[in-house]
Amino acid sequence: MTLLAILGVISSAIFSGTSLLYTTLGEVIDERSGIVNLGLEGVLLVSASSGFAITSLSGSPWLGILVAVLAGGLMNMILGYLVITRKANQLASGLALMFCGFGLSALIGKSFVGVKINSLPRFLLPGLGDLPRIYTSLFKFDPLIYLVIPMAFFVWWLLFRTRWGLGVRAVGENADIAYASGRNPSRIRYQALFAGGMLAGLGAGQLAIAYAMNWTEYMTAGRGFIAVALVIFSKWHPLRAIIGALLFSAAVAFQLLLQSSGVQISPFLLDTIPYLLTLIVLIAWGGNRKHSAPASLGRVYLGTE
Amino acid sequence: MLKPPSSTNSQLNLVSLRGITKAFPGVLANDEIDLDIYASEVHALLGENGAGKSTLMKILYGFYHLDSGQIFVNERPVRIQSPHDALAIRIGMVFQDFSLIPALSVMENLALFLPQLPAVLDVNGINRRIAQVSEQYSLEVNPEALVSQLSVGELQKVEILKLLLADARLLILDEPTRVLAPHEVQALFRVIDSLKKDGYAIVLITHKLKEVLECADRITVLRAGRVAGTLLRPDADENRLISMMFEKKLGTNVVTHKTVKPDQVQACLEFRDVWTHAEGLETALQSINLQVHPGEIVGVAGVSGNGQKELGELAMGLIRCARGKKFIFGKDFTDKSVQDVRTSGVAFIPENPLTMSVGPFMTVLQNMAITRTAKYARMGGLSMDWQAVHTDIEQSNQRLGFSLPLNAPARSLSGGNLQRMVVAREMIGDPRLIIASYITRGLDVQSAIAARQALIQARDNGAGVLLISEDLEELFTLSDWLIVLYAGKIAGKFRPVNTNVYEVGHLMTGSKVEHA
Amino acid sequence: MLKTSEVAPRFPIFQNKTVIQIIRYLYMILLALVLFGVILLISGKNPLQAYKDILTSTLGSAYGFSEVLVAMIPMLITALAVALPARVGLINVGGEGQLYIGAAFATFGALTFSNLPAWLLLPIMILLGMLGGALWAFIPGYLKAIGLVNETITTLLLNSVAPKIVGFLIFGFWHSPKDTIKTTTFVDTARLPTFFGTRIHLGLVIGLVLLVLFWLFMKYTRWGLEMRAIGNNAQAARRNGIPLKKYLIIVMCVGGAIAGLAGMSQVSGFYGVLLLNFSMSLGFMGFMISWMAGGEPLGIVLMSFVVSVIITGGNLLQLTRGVPYSVINLLLAFTLFVVLARPSLFKGKKS
Repeated sequence: MTLLAILGVISSAIFSGTSLLYTTLGEVIDERSGIVNLGLEGVLLVSASSGFAITSLSGSPWLGILVAVLAGGLMNMILGYLVITRKANQLASGLALMFCGFGLSALIGKSFVGVKINSLPRFLLPGLGDLPRIYTSLFKFDPLIYLVIPMAFFVWWLLFRTRWGLGVRAVGENADIAYASGRNPSRIRYQALFAGGMLAGLGAGQLAIAYAMNWTEYMTAGRGFIAVALVIFSKWHPLRAIIGALLFSAAVAFQLLLQSSGVQISPFLLDTIPYLLTLIVLIAWGGNRKHSAPASLGRVYLGTE
Repeated sequence: MLKPPSSTNSQLNLVSLRGITKAFPGVLANDEIDLDIYASEVHALLGENGAGKSTLMKILYGFYHLDSGQIFVNERPVRIQSPHDALAIRIGMVFQDFSLIPALSVMENLALFLPQLPAVLDVNGINRRIAQVSEQYSLEVNPEALVSQLSVGELQKVEILKLLLADARLLILDEPTRVLAPHEVQALFRVIDSLKKDGYAIVLITHKLKEVLECADRITVLRAGRVAGTLLRPDADENRLISMMFEKKLGTNVVTHKTVKPDQVQACLEFRDVWTHAEGLETALQSINLQVHPGEIVGVAGVSGNGQKELGELAMGLIRCARGKKFIFGKDFTDKSVQDVRTSGVAFIPENPLTMSVGPFMTVLQNMAITRTAKYARMGGLSMDWQAVHTDIEQSNQRLGFSLPLNAPARSLSGGNLQRMVVAREMIGDPRLIIASYITRGLDVQSAIAARQALIQARDNGAGVLLISEDLEELFTLSDWLIVLYAGKIAGKFRPVNTNVYEVGHLMTGSKVEHA
Repeated sequence: MLKTSEVAPRFPIFQNKTVIQIIRYLYMILLALVLFGVILLISGKNPLQAYKDILTSTLGSAYGFSEVLVAMIPMLITALAVALPARVGLINVGGEGQLYIGAAFATFGALTFSNLPAWLLLPIMILLGMLGGALWAFIPGYLKAIGLVNETITTLLLNSVAPKIVGFLIFGFWHSPKDTIKTTTFVDTARLPTFFGTRIHLGLVIGLVLLVLFWLFMKYTRWGLEMRAIGNNAQAARRNGIPLKKYLIIVMCVGGAIAGLAGMSQVSGFYGVLLLNFSMSLGFMGFMISWMAGGEPLGIVLMSFVVSVIITGGNLLQLTRGVPYSVINLLLAFTLFVVLARPSLFKGKKS
């Protein structure tokens, strides 16, 4: 277990955890407003494929990122229309959106499988350039990676220090009281969904354009569901989401490392850890009201909405 | 006309309601009500259950829409369509079950209703404003605390703060002292006093005479949806108020009661020094000693919210005894389940059948079978003997004089028919003990008569009945014994012939305790 | 939109509730087909030709039709695994996971008892499959009953865990010498028998029988009645003496058992091996089908059939027209969207 190997794990965790964190942050905003998006996987796929396609066609990775962001927001609007305006069941609508995402992304990405693109530039933070090359190559990150933790703080600020964020949280807890204070719960939910979708799209864009630099069907590999679990694990708090996303990605990276050094713990079993952890954590908090979901989100899970 | 007191520097001098009428299906809640609310005054709205006090104020707060009538603010007519409108003209209301968000902090709950909240929250600035107002009116509370952590007394402080910070000048408090401890009540009165002196108008909805007499400047008594009278404090006293609250006449035919010698017959239901825990806004029962014997109806009087619902649920086993013991037919049922209670021959007719005891999408026939599935099951449960259900229903219907559409879904029935259905169901199989909770609430006259007849029939057949009701006439007519519940305790126990409406009214409103 | 009051008097048939329902369903299907047709157009295909292809390939030939039935089998069963708990108000999104664990248990039986004759081995595998699914559903059920965590979250989380456990088992213990992602082929005695030389296996019979039993159970038995009461109004049921907690746990486990059975039928009847990630959202499809069918057995059969036609046709579309298979998800999604959005055919008619 050399220093290089450990640094390699950290680097890998940061690379793959970034897209996960963006997605989780987006879902935090959505769920804070009372809407759970089981179709996140589909949203991510559509964002990734459309972003990648545009990057390939236009040659500009930034344009691709922009498209991915917008695509995410728009996909969430479909969910919003079903759940807010038509008052459909959130779980069923989310799953439908997931299927939609599978199909749409396959269509969009069909001609781009195996295509190479211009990716985002990767660079080191100033001051680290003097380190030996084998280390620096691990920590050349693209701009979106550098942006992700500030983004988490931004989301925190948005939810807890702005009037809009207070409204979002109020709607997610008790839409009647939010209404009595003069707010429009439906409009706020649409806004939250759009914002959350944009963040998810950003994560998907980073994954396809900056990290993997290719497109394959189902490339998000369950990140959508992982994000939903991570939201619960981080108690719907953007800053804790950082820890969750990093822990999860580190676990994955660590497991790869273990494999290559011949340690015999099955990667499959290691993969289950984040979910089991979330489950245990949920059970542990179960009786304690302080840690429960936004109140109206709880209604979704109870099926009484 | 009464002259308004001199007011100081308030912008809301007078709020007038004229001819307010509001009807709900089956009941006229407000009938041409006129009311004047002045600044710098505490105006108490007094009345029994169902008198229309809450409805009236909810109309003023925009929670309900009036059917006819007008509202004037400073002699200008206004339209109030929602709580937001009400707050805009500076009228605020604190509900009985509070409207705060438990997961947010005090500061956040208050900020939600601040009229001029900047896009970026200035947390320190908001906290300063909160501190300023709370100091001014002795409403100290920790702004950082989560609402879920607050005591009931603190919750109320926050609610009042919310209205003050939202710039309300007329505060409506709906039964504010219902869940407060005595010292918290005193603290509340001090707050109300200081607000009044600063020009706020305060409407106090209550049924508690003591508080009214301690606190109010002007008192309006509502009875059966109408104004029974308005008095200024100096002109009011207990007796006068009670005579306005409760109608003088009683039903002329008092049913003759069989005399039962309690010592010789074992009680169907007995509570021995039972105490219960209350969660949130429930009422805790304290030191309940009560017996219901076969062949007698024990009526429970009291203003709703003083523990009646809890008493019924306690009897059925839905609430556990924290202390003390419960006996049914002589056996210790303190820890038994609802299923056990039912199978031993106890029937339960709760208030609000649609939400509490009926499956709305099942047919009447299915609902009738649901309490005794074991009885009707054949082949170990593989089939149900619907023939037997039909037979039982027939019998019950005949005895009670009901007729019900068996194949209609329950939710298509009117309130009256639903209650009939529940009564018919519970009477099947001759229950030996019946817990009846507000069974005639919301019923038309005919259905109410039929329901009461059913109870009398059961009583005459030797069953014991615990009748919880808010209808004093009904209680006086039917009960062999009458007890009064106030604040979770038994405030009095009488034979109806030995008491009168005034005495009971006193106990219901927390006045002097007589004949303990 | 037309007003019922205008149309109905002139054509009495439109007053019939069932007719209106059917017309509504047809309208929704039409909308979905149009939406998907647009997508096909955009990607340069002829939608009418595509639809014709789907119909002829699936319903037009005996082989196609048999393939439709084969695809139906797991969906019938997973839909039932959702519909049963739904009767008491439980939301079982965990079919996916229960499916996998059931398949794993059944595989264990197939590999361990491969010497037994079919009439012994198959029932053992069925029981194992149900046991696996039930175990996987027990934890969510129990947690829900004691009021700690609701079943939607727990079943979702366990969904993600199950395939990995299966992967672990295959990779670590059961994989065939040639392939690390699947087990050795089951012996013939561990395979559910097929019919008439097609791939339709006994699972179809099992599924249909279960649906019939479900229908009979809910309609005639005491427990069906009590479950209805719970689903209607759980608190009232409790007040009326029905043991709520017991039902929640037991029903959840039975739902899981059924999903586990679906898993068994897939590996034994269809694949003949335990394959990594064999499910392809079968559990979720079951959820959608049950939800669209309102939990009614007949509706489940119909919706399973429709979805199967779509999916099987999609397979063949891919072979003939160069459209990626995944696109068929879009037609599925649009159908779901339309149902979810509940358009009203006649103004004023509540959906």
